[in-house]
Amino acid sequence: MTNAKLMQGNEACTLGALAAGLEFFAGYPITPSTEIAELCSEELPKIGGKFIQMEDEIGSIAAIIGASLTGRKSMTATSGPGFSLMQENLGYASLTEVPIVIINVQRVGPSTGMPTSLAQGDVMQARWGTHGDHPVVVLAPGNVKECFELTVKAFNIAEDYRVPVVVLSDEVIGHMREKVVLPEAKDIKVSTRATPEAPGGYLPYKADPDGGVPLMAPFGAGYRYHVTGLFHDDTGFPSNKGEVADVLLRRLQRKVEKAEPVIRDYAVESVDDCDVLVVAFGSSAMSALSAVRQARAKGVKAGLFRPKTIWPFPEEPLHDIATRAKRVIVAEMNLGQLVLEIERVVGGKAPVEKLGKINGELFKPEEILAAIMGGQR
Amino acid sequence: MSDSLKYFRQNRLPHIWCPGCGHGTITGAIIRAIAKLKLDKNRIVVVSGIGCSSRAPGYLDFDTLHTTHGRALAFATGIKLSRPDLKVIVMTGDGDATAIGGNHFIHAARRNIDITTIVMNNAIYGMTSGQYSPMTPVGMLGTTAPYGTVERPFDLAKMAIASGASYVARATSYHVQLLEEVIEKALLNKGFSVVEAVSQCPTYFGRKNKIGSAVDMLNMFKEHAVNVKAAAVMAPEKLEGKFLIGELHNQSAPEFTEEYQKLIEGVRRKFDNFQGGVRECAQNSD
Repeated sequence: MTNAKLMQGNEACTLGALAAGLEFFAGYPITPSTEIAELCSEELPKIGGKFIQMEDEIGSIAAIIGASLTGRKSMTATSGPGFSLMQENLGYASLTEVPIVIINVQRVGPSTGMPTSLAQGDVMQARWGTHGDHPVVVLAPGNVKECFELTVKAFNIAEDYRVPVVVLSDEVIGHMREKVVLPEAKDIKVSTRATPEAPGGYLPYKADPDGGVPLMAPFGAGYRYHVTGLFHDDTGFPSNKGEVADVLLRRLQRKVEKAEPVIRDYAVESVDDCDVLVVAFGSSAMSALSAVRQARAKGVKAGLFRPKTIWPFPEEPLHDIATRAKRVIVAEMNLGQLVLEIERVVGGKAPVEKLGKINGELFKPEEILAAIMGGQR
Repeated sequence: MSDSLKYFRQNRLPHIWCPGCGHGTITGAIIRAIAKLKLDKNRIVVVSGIGCSSRAPGYLDFDTLHTTHGRALAFATGIKLSRPDLKVIVMTGDGDATAIGGNHFIHAARRNIDITTIVMNNAIYGMTSGQYSPMTPVGMLGTTAPYGTVERPFDLAKMAIASGASYVARATSYHVQLLEEVIEKALLNKGFSVVEAVSQCPTYFGRKNKIGSAVDMLNMFKEHAVNVKAAAVMAPEKLEGKFLIGELHNQSAPEFTEEYQKLIEGVRRKFDNFQGGVRECAQNSD
C-alpha cells in the first residue's frame, strides 16, 4: 500500500510541518495561505498541539516566537501584506535566535494587489524585509511534494541553526493539486534543537564567534535567563558596547554562511552541455522546465537551474554551470528580483537576461521558450 | 525585604530609571506581591515591550523576555498558550500597551487569557524623551504637544473591562500598599488581569508641565485619587477632576487556555486513533 494522496501545496506544507514536529501555530487569515491555518486548526488539537488565530500578523509571529521559547516547534503562514507586517518581529527572531518557520504563499503586490493571483515578488522582502543586517534562510518549493519536503527541511534548519526560516511558496504552488507519495515517518529526518543539560552556569548566547550556534534552554525549566532584541553579550543581557554588537552580528551572519554548503538545495535539468541556461524557482520553474524540454526537442541546448534554497543562494553550483553557458535567462514572476542575485553570482561570465511577468498569470512555457530561442524558430 | 531581594538579579542593578521615577516603586510592589504569594520563580515568565517600564524584567530573576514595541502581550499569549502551567506577567507602559499595542491589549482581554498585565502609566513616552501618549490628559504638555494635547485619553480600566478582562484595578506609586494588594489579587485571578499603576515621570512629564519634583507628583496622585469604595458615596461634583483607585472589576469568566485544553480533550476523544503527520484527504475549500 502506498501513501499516495491528492493534495494541494498548502496542505502539503501543513503535513510537512506536522511531520517535522509542529506543535504550535498562530496565524491570521489571508489569501492564498489560509488553508494552512485551517488545516492546523483541525489537526493540532488531535496531537495535543495548539492553534490560535491572532488579531493580526504582527501578533501571529510574536506568538510563535513566544511558543518557540518554551521549546515548541512553531509556525505561521501568510502572504505578502501579512509578511510585510511580520518583518519587525522576523528581525527579532533573527537577533534573539529563536527558531520559527514562516510560510509565505506569495500573491501579487504591492499593497492588496491581486490577492488571488500569482506573483513571486517577495524574493527581496524575504531577504531584506526587516531592518539591519540579519541572517535568514529562504526555501522555495517547486511542486506540491516539495512543499512537504521543504517545510520539514525548514523546521530542521530553524532548529539546527536557530534562525527564522521562510518557505517562499506562491499562489500556484499553494493551490495546485498533485498526487504526492508521502514518505514514511521513519524515513523523515527530524532535527531537535540542542539544549543545555542543566541550569548551572548557563550562558544563553555563548557560542563560537565563528558562526557557532548557542544552546537553547526552554523557558519554564529553571534557567531564568533573559532574552532581548537589544544587542546582547553571552549572558543575554543588553550591551551598548560596539565590540559586543560587532561580534554578535558577525557570528549571526557567519552562522548562515557556514551552513550554506549543508543546507544548499537545487535541482537541474540538462545543464551538462547547455548553451542557454534558464534559472527559475517555484511555479515559474514548472513552465521553465517544459520550455527547456521543448527547446531541446528543437535542437537548442537549453538547461534549467532551479534553486530550492533562495537565501542563501547556492552560489557555487550556479556559478559553475553558468560560466559554461552562452546565455543565462532568469524567469520570475516579478520585474527583476532574483535576477540581481544571479547577475552577482554569474559575475559577467555570461550575459544574464531578465524575463519578468507581473500580470498574475503563470508563465506559459512558450513565453520562456521564445526567450530561449531568442528570435530563432 | 530580604524575601523580595531573592527575586531580583542583584548583579543587574542599579537600574536605568531616572531619579524620582515611579517605576522602581511599582516593580517593588510587584515583587513583594510575588514574594507574599511565595510563587516559584522557576515557573514565572515576565514579558515586556519597549519603553522605560519594559526595562524592568531585566532586573528580575525569572525567565524574562524583552520584546518589540507594543507586542509583549502577543509574545506572552504564545508562551501562555504553549505552557499554561507557567505564571505569565506582562510589564508594560501606557504607550506600549495602549498606542502601538492597543490591539493586542483588547484581544488578550477578550480571550481572558491568564496573563497578569501591569501597565505603568506615566502619561508620557519617557524613553524617547517626553512625547504625549494616548493616556496623556487633555491640555498637558509634551515635546510633541508644545501647545498642550487636544486628544482625549483612554480610560484604560474601562477599556479593559469592556474588552473582557476579568480583573481590573488601579493604584499609584503613592498608594503602594493598595498597589501591592491589587497586584496580589491580579496574580491570583485565573484570567486576564490588568493593574493600571499610575507612575510619575518627573524628568519629562513633571518638568515639561511644571508640576515640580517627584514628591510633588506623588502629592498630586494623593490629592486626585479617590478610592472606588469612597467614591461610591460621593456626590458626582466632588469627583470632578479625580480618578478612581482600587479594585474596579472582579468577575470570573472562562479562561482561554483552559477552554482550549478542554477543546483538545474533546477532539482527542473523538480522534483517539489519530497517528499524526498523515491525513486523509478530505474535501478542501479554496
